[in-house]
Amino acid sequence: MSATTGNAATPVNSASGTAAVLDVRSISMNFGGLRALNEVDLQVRLGEIVALIGPNGAGKTTFFNCITGIYVPTEGTVHVTPRDGRTVTVNGLKASQVTELGMSRTFQNIRLFPTMSVLENVMIGRHCRTRAGILGALLRDSRTRAEEQRIVEESYALLKSVNLHQHYKDQARNLPYGAQRRLEIARALATDPFLLCLDEPAAGMNPQETHELKELVIEIRERHQLSVLLIEHDMSMVMSLSDRIYVMEYGSKIAEGTPEEVSKNPRVIKAYLGEESHA
Amino acid sequence: MDWQYFWELFFGGLTRGSIYALIALGYTMVYGIIELINFAHGEVYMLGAFTALIVAGALGIYGFPALAILIIAAVVAVIYCAAYGLTLEKIAYKPLRDAQRLSPLISAIGMSIFLQNYVILAQTSDFMPFPNLVPQPEFLEPIAHIMGASEVLIIVTSAVAMAALTLFIKYTRMGKAMRATAQNRKMAMLLGIDADKVISLTFVIGSSLAAVGGVLIASHVGQVNFAIGFIAGIKAFTAAVLGGIGSIPGAMLGGLVLGWCESFATGYISSDYEDALAFALLVLILIFRPSGILGKAKTQKV
Amino acid sequence: MQGLKKSILVSLWFMFLTFPLMVIRIDSLNGTIDWRWENMLGMGAGSFVLSFVWRFMMARKEAGRAAAAGGVMSARGAWFERLRSDPKAAVPALAVILAVFLVLPWLVSTYQTNIMISALLYVMLGLGLNIVVGLSGQLVLGYVAFYAVGAYSYAILNSNFGLGFWSVLPIGGAMAALFGILLGFPVLRLRGDYLAIVTLGFGEIIRLVLENWSDFSQGPSGIANIDRPGLFGTQLSVSDATTYIYYLILAAVIVTIVAVTRLKNSRIGRAWQALREDEIACQAMGIDITTTKLTAFALGACWAGFAGVIFAAKTTFINPASFTFLESAMVLAMVVLGGMGSVIGVSVGALVLILLPEYLRAFSEYRMLIFGATMVLMMVFRPQGLVSPGRTKYNVPDAEGAGAAAARPAAGGNA
Repeated sequence: MSATTGNAATPVNSASGTAAVLDVRSISMNFGGLRALNEVDLQVRLGEIVALIGPNGAGKTTFFNCITGIYVPTEGTVHVTPRDGRTVTVNGLKASQVTELGMSRTFQNIRLFPTMSVLENVMIGRHCRTRAGILGALLRDSRTRAEEQRIVEESYALLKSVNLHQHYKDQARNLPYGAQRRLEIARALATDPFLLCLDEPAAGMNPQETHELKELVIEIRERHQLSVLLIEHDMSMVMSLSDRIYVMEYGSKIAEGTPEEVSKNPRVIKAYLGEESHA
Repeated sequence: MDWQYFWELFFGGLTRGSIYALIALGYTMVYGIIELINFAHGEVYMLGAFTALIVAGALGIYGFPALAILIIAAVVAVIYCAAYGLTLEKIAYKPLRDAQRLSPLISAIGMSIFLQNYVILAQTSDFMPFPNLVPQPEFLEPIAHIMGASEVLIIVTSAVAMAALTLFIKYTRMGKAMRATAQNRKMAMLLGIDADKVISLTFVIGSSLAAVGGVLIASHVGQVNFAIGFIAGIKAFTAAVLGGIGSIPGAMLGGLVLGWCESFATGYISSDYEDALAFALLVLILIFRPSGILGKAKTQKV
Repeated sequence: MQGLKKSILVSLWFMFLTFPLMVIRIDSLNGTIDWRWENMLGMGAGSFVLSFVWRFMMARKEAGRAAAAGGVMSARGAWFERLRSDPKAAVPALAVILAVFLVLPWLVSTYQTNIMISALLYVMLGLGLNIVVGLSGQLVLGYVAFYAVGAYSYAILNSNFGLGFWSVLPIGGAMAALFGILLGFPVLRLRGDYLAIVTLGFGEIIRLVLENWSDFSQGPSGIANIDRPGLFGTQLSVSDATTYIYYLILAAVIVTIVAVTRLKNSRIGRAWQALREDEIACQAMGIDITTTKLTAFALGACWAGFAGVIFAAKTTFINPASFTFLESAMVLAMVVLGGMGSVIGVSVGALVLILLPEYLRAFSEYRMLIFGATMVLMMVFRPQGLVSPGRTKYNVPDAEGAGAAAARPAAGGNA
């Protein structure tokens, strides 16, 4: 167990060195005439929390969509190295295949399953880790029933870890905003990822909620032994949570480094942090 | 190569296509402005034909001259169809403007069924004969075997109507308001455009054009029946999609293309599967190029 | 006063609007006009009254919407929910309903049993369509095509090859499922309205092919003399056969209800619902939407296929006229008006839509008119349908208090 000191906890399993769970090389994305991404490189090493920041329109969510299979990047490669150690090329795979490999995400504009219950939302996450098919559904044999019960219990446990378990019966759309964001995270965790991609998880949250979210992310990393890539605008959260930061502007990467380094980078300050320059 | 046959088919296709275009305009305008497939639009066309039938029948009994009957019947049909379209919108679509996609579609189907049966009960379910009101002038004699007065009337009337619509959309204030509302309703409202009025006007114009089509086709074919709306509606919808749903020139183009396809296919291949052709075309376009000939592909924001 | 003025205007409007069609009737034989002024009066009075009703219902709808946003459920709704979720009340209710259905043929005439068979066929169709539309959110307007595939499979295999009912039943389902996949493949990328229209086109194409390809399907005259299902090889009298078919379809419906409920509360059912709710998020959670969609199409179509085989066996004569768009629209109406995704809702919807017209013979002329109007009115005032889908109960660990270990997600636990 590593201790939590000041900034984010030291990466778990740092003994294995700098194995890159996510290795993005020079990806570009064209939408017709618009070049949304321009030769962006990015790596996430085992156990790291990496942040992707930049002004609105910089291409951060497009980047997410490219690495998770929603879009197919026009150029470049995306490699991931899941827990079994074998590197896989991801660009070109369908989004569902990417998730099956172990990379899951949350969305900038929350995309829950609104009329399904809170518990069911998380149970969906377990889909790619379970097997029952049509026959199992119709026959309800003991193996299927056991699997169903496991799904329920695992999902409930995840809800407990984000403190939503009392609401497990409620419809997802009736949850307050902050709870919906936590639910999205629980759902993403249900897919048993090695890399969790969070798209503006703190958007719309007050400082108290943001602080809780930060604690949650750290706890998740440890408990589930995963790495985190997050897009975020809340600078205090980014600076205190991340091991490394990438900065984008107009589709290109303009800086990378530790929070210290990035906050002092004049290009970043000019593009994003404005006149202020506090870490 | 039998050229006479070819030209017969060509003008036949042009005639059909003009009618499809007139009806298709209604579909495309409504879809462009509120993203609804107005399933009951075909029924408005049918109501136009029936209204003209009644008026023509009544005026005929009173001994009006044929041309006067045609014009009066057409005008009355247009007025009534505009009214039906307006009412339709207020009852079945306006309350559902913010509902999820399925509701307005079901409502539209329900309205379509309702209107068909309304006509059956108010009038009859039989085929009703429509008098031929179009005089056959002398100067058309030479090409009479290819194109009769009725065809000419259809082609010319449709062309005029479409030209008028294009000018309206392009140059008048209301036309601009319609285009704005079609692109972004909320923004248009913020700029002071009364979206409700614009939408109502869209229905009125679309229904009026359909009415014209209804009158022309009733006179041309010689009979009307409560069911003509359904099949014409589907074909016109195919035309609208073919040309690019939401695009007015697209609807016109699509109508003509469909008309020619049907005409040549039934003329050279077989007439059994005439209706199936339209459906097959519809299915193929929606699968392979849903944006149609003149439409733009829509991308979804994630 | 305002309301009165509005209603008068509405009344005048409708009198104007319906004047040509409702008042004037041309008697072409005698060359006279038949002025039916009584229609105009009726229209005026009717629309006057209805406009008040409309305004009242609209106001209630607005109030209802405000209340729902605050989490308040109507009193009537709450009563039904409590009945449904309490096993002590639900099980006896279910038993009574089942008992009634079981003894029906002995209580009523053959003719009435036949009607019930029709109604139950539609229940089956509705439940099958519910998989595609209600659960997975794929709007299909051409569902009757799969019904036709099942019916014609039996008709053709029976008249040309002498295959019996029981042998063709699985074949009919399989053929329909195959067609379901064939339809599903090209439309994978389509959404909402476009998907609906393509499926409509598909349905119509099938009907037109059946009508025109006479060598294959005997065209518009259809196929006759189809065998009824035999009972261990014996042929039965008409009334006995009707009873036999009744129990057959009752059994089929019960099996369907169990199957659909189980599918809904399974891994695959959840995947369908996720697909319906948000396709992008569904993909992002590792669900392959191609497989999921095609499975929905195949299974939904399969049930229509089974129903089609039974239909052909029941009527012993089929022709393309039984498989029009109107049929598809009716099945869709049953699903949507009954309550999408709800087994009870769809079943009730089907029974009401088929049985009500039979027992309100006096209004039979107005049947379709009322049907169309009902569709519009339901969408405006109660788009969620009569019954909303029940919430599945899950057996969650620990949770506060003993009440949390609720009923297992059994076959009847959620409808």
